[in-house]
Amino acid sequence: MNHPKISIIDYGIGNVKSIINALNYNKIDALLTNERESILKSDGVIFPGVGAFGAGMQKLEELKLIEVIREFTSSGRPLLGICLGMQLLFEKGEEFGHFDGLGIVSGSVKKLKVNEGIKLPHISWNEIDQEKVEWSNTILDGVPNKSKVYFVHSYACYPKDHDNILSLTNYADTCFCSSIKMNNVYGVQFHPEKSASIGLRIISNFINLIS
Amino acid sequence: MIPRIISRLDIKNEFVIKGIHLEGLRKVGDPITLAQKYYKEGIHEIILMDAVAAYYDRNSLDKIISKTCEKVFVPITVGGGIRSIENIQTLLKSGADKVAINTHALRNPSFIDETSRIFGSQCIVGSVVAKKKSESEYEVYIDNGREPTRKDPIEWAKELVDRGAGEIMVTSIDNEGTKKGFDNYLCKKINEVVSVPVIASGGCGSSDNIKYLLDTTNVSGVAIASLLHYNIESIDQIHSKLADFYDS
Repeated sequence: MNHPKISIIDYGIGNVKSIINALNYNKIDALLTNERESILKSDGVIFPGVGAFGAGMQKLEELKLIEVIREFTSSGRPLLGICLGMQLLFEKGEEFGHFDGLGIVSGSVKKLKVNEGIKLPHISWNEIDQEKVEWSNTILDGVPNKSKVYFVHSYACYPKDHDNILSLTNYADTCFCSSIKMNNVYGVQFHPEKSASIGLRIISNFINLIS
Repeated sequence: MIPRIISRLDIKNEFVIKGIHLEGLRKVGDPITLAQKYYKEGIHEIILMDAVAAYYDRNSLDKIISKTCEKVFVPITVGGGIRSIENIQTLLKSGADKVAINTHALRNPSFIDETSRIFGSQCIVGSVVAKKKSESEYEVYIDNGREPTRKDPIEWAKELVDRGAGEIMVTSIDNEGTKKGFDNYLCKKINEVVSVPVIASGGCGSSDNIKYLLDTTNVSGVAIASLLHYNIESIDQIHSKLADFYDS
């Protein structure tokens, strides 16, 4: 497959321009869409997002995208959730209340537990740690362990199934899951479209997984 | 933790300019070329400030942002003359990640509540520009450092965060462009009272200035201009010197 059809889910939040630019950099012309037909016809989907969990789910509900995303991931085709996009894949979120997520990945989204004086949001170029996870044939293929990528978040994902953890990251005294892989569903808490050459490599890996 | 090294580009008529105390402007290059250069050299983030926004009553950097982010894959913050929701929407659509707001927030503080609600706190940087009145007394200035307000920057920074700003950028008018170092006292005081990350701006002339700032204040990031625009140190040199100092 030379030119995989990649859709970026458009639900009105997130800096999609940078994702589009990062895909263009990798010679892919992606479709920004919230239409069921276009999404379900795609070979791969990118699910972006910034901001609050509840607000994100509300937007998805308004645009009738909840079932569409679930249906796409059931098909086994690759999906990459970025930042809030990763968080919404989970069962529950605790930001400004208790909300149901898409329930595609088991576990919940909670506020980063930091000591007094530690700043939130966590905004930094921070390391993704492999621990003992195998990264080849994943979106982190060829990415050196402890590479630094760009984070900006106050909440993080806590997967129930540790087999879904792709990388961990430390911030102050706390450790959180910075990326997940569940079959072909990927999620990254950081922004690959803002993480310079390492980020572009991750996006390129995602494209290769689709082809 | 190693702080973020951010390059600040003040732009007038499509040129990057540099002054002292936010005045006396000198052209140093083309914004898109410089942004791409710093990106390739490993800068963590870029701030684009519209130095003449007041004349047009809005921030007009959207075209420059758009061109820049085609090849620059690090976060971009834009500031200068941001006064409306529409203006922010245009800037974000063109590729900016965050907007820095000063003057309009001071005249109309609920603008911060409104914009952080609509766009999210992670998108709103409260820009606090201040000048010394006496040894430990400061005053907030608006309109790119031209107009005093009689407001205390430490109180104002706290209010910005209470209203929803997800980050604070502190600019010292006294130190800006002097290359004599940051205003460590001001940065420390503000960093102590807010729960969000603080970026120090104004005065950096060497990576030693950055080390000293971090020793004194524990801020999260530094915005540098002269150091890079005048080729005093390279980004690589800055990263190495700080890495030695911060053995992670």
